[in-house]
Amino acid sequence: MPATSKATRESHARVFDLDVQSLRELNQALHQLTAGSNETAWEVLNPKGNHSVAVGVDQPVSIDVRGSVGYYCGGMNSGSAITVHGSAGPGVGENMMAGSITVKGDASQYAGATGKGGLLVIEGNASSRCGISMKGIDIVVHGNIGHMSAFMAQSGNLVVLGDAGDALGDSIYEARLFVRGKVDSLGADCIAKEMRPEHLELLQGLLDRAGVTDVKPSEFKRYGSARTLYNFNIDNADAY
Amino acid sequence: MCGIVGLFLKDKALEPKLGAMLSEMLVSLSDRGPDSAGIAIYGEASRNEAKITIQSPKPDRDFRGLDAELSKAVGAPVTISVKSTHAVIRATPDKVDAAREALQSLRPDVRIMGAGEAVEIYKEVGLPEAVVERFDVRKMTGTHGIGHTRMATESAVTTMGAHPFSTGADQCLVHNGSLSNHNNVRRELVREGMKFETENDTEVAAAYLSSQMAHGKNLGEALEGTLSDLDGFFTFVVGTKNGFGVVRDPIACKPAVMAETDQYVAFGSEYRALTKLPGIDNARVWEPEPATVYFWEH
Repeated sequence: MPATSKATRESHARVFDLDVQSLRELNQALHQLTAGSNETAWEVLNPKGNHSVAVGVDQPVSIDVRGSVGYYCGGMNSGSAITVHGSAGPGVGENMMAGSITVKGDASQYAGATGKGGLLVIEGNASSRCGISMKGIDIVVHGNIGHMSAFMAQSGNLVVLGDAGDALGDSIYEARLFVRGKVDSLGADCIAKEMRPEHLELLQGLLDRAGVTDVKPSEFKRYGSARTLYNFNIDNADAY
Repeated sequence: MCGIVGLFLKDKALEPKLGAMLSEMLVSLSDRGPDSAGIAIYGEASRNEAKITIQSPKPDRDFRGLDAELSKAVGAPVTISVKSTHAVIRATPDKVDAAREALQSLRPDVRIMGAGEAVEIYKEVGLPEAVVERFDVRKMTGTHGIGHTRMATESAVTTMGAHPFSTGADQCLVHNGSLSNHNNVRRELVREGMKFETENDTEVAAAYLSSQMAHGKNLGEALEGTLSDLDGFFTFVVGTKNGFGVVRDPIACKPAVMAETDQYVAFGSEYRALTKLPGIDNARVWEPEPATVYFWEH
């Protein structure tokens, strides 16, 4: 059984070894994929902290990256399913449009920044500015997130199974933030909100999609915008 | 940008490889800063010997016969070993101040990179590979070291504007970021009697730490002070005779990754810098927290 499954994998996965091949070759090959291509499984070896691994992929292929990556892995992803079997540097999944990225280790600053769609799962911790200016992406972090996360978040969902750092959701618009642990402090105009049945249902769906089975939606608190910064308040005129 | 690295060895068996390991780390970050590069290596400190690393724009003229002239001036044997534009002067600790003073009149164009019992500092304009090659850093042994590759923002691209900056015996600092209150802090430190070689913001941070430690603080306490007294963006990596420290400002937008094993503690601006270290796959790798001081001492 193991022998055949290995053979099956080898016959399907296209392997890129970044010790031998260049990053440009990898990304070019991924960008040349067309709809309906049979090359649906890719494996990247020896990423060794390289930047921009598998950015801008627009076909629904799966990409397994064996090791830790540097800046912007999976940036602008538009449909592929990327798994980083290691940790990710700054800006993983930046401006993701669709598809999914799973980081088995930790993620550095601004994970999922400006993301418009798709699912970003970080199985370790994410550092500062996670989900900054998110615009529709769903982010699930199994561990903790750092300070200034979800700054100016516009839409989408940020789910944190651990704790959040200072100034969570500063100047937030309509994104939904669900945090299971403690929040060091909330940013300007971000408040705790009531968890209604539709939020529990939404959260259950997000946990299911992220493969989280041992945590219940009722364990989370919801945070979002108090909507007091949407319009100019004449009482604040002196501040300008 | 800028790229910074640091390596603090716990395992003596690695000491002969310190220069090679630190060089690889720095070269891997070359694209974070092409302007200049520098490295500080702490060798085995000797009670009977102090070192001054000097630099000259005209090494042929300035270094020739300098050992004899300095020996005569201080009345004791002084040796000099030349490496390209830099040279290391060695004398007994009680003669170091005299040698430093004599140097100023004997060779007015020579600049002092750093001094102490353990540290040697090499820095020049150019890419890390060129700098490492020029000073044969890969062959150097030592207990710990720090390095920097610079993308200049706050002052001119010159040898003196390169990092590491050293403002006290066996103390030096590399910096990624920029400080906004360095002129004020410099004025305060000048009033205390500190001397500055450049207009550079990082030199102020180095002098600030030297001043704090001169007032009796340990490395950790001095680093703690940067969080309230220095304004701007910074990730600092600092070396002392027996220690190595790291601190990031509270905003922490300048990247930093650390790794620790039984053999070493390593710092890199990016994980890329750490990938060739022995046992990295099983190392504890983490991102240092903002506004948190980390330091290790032998």
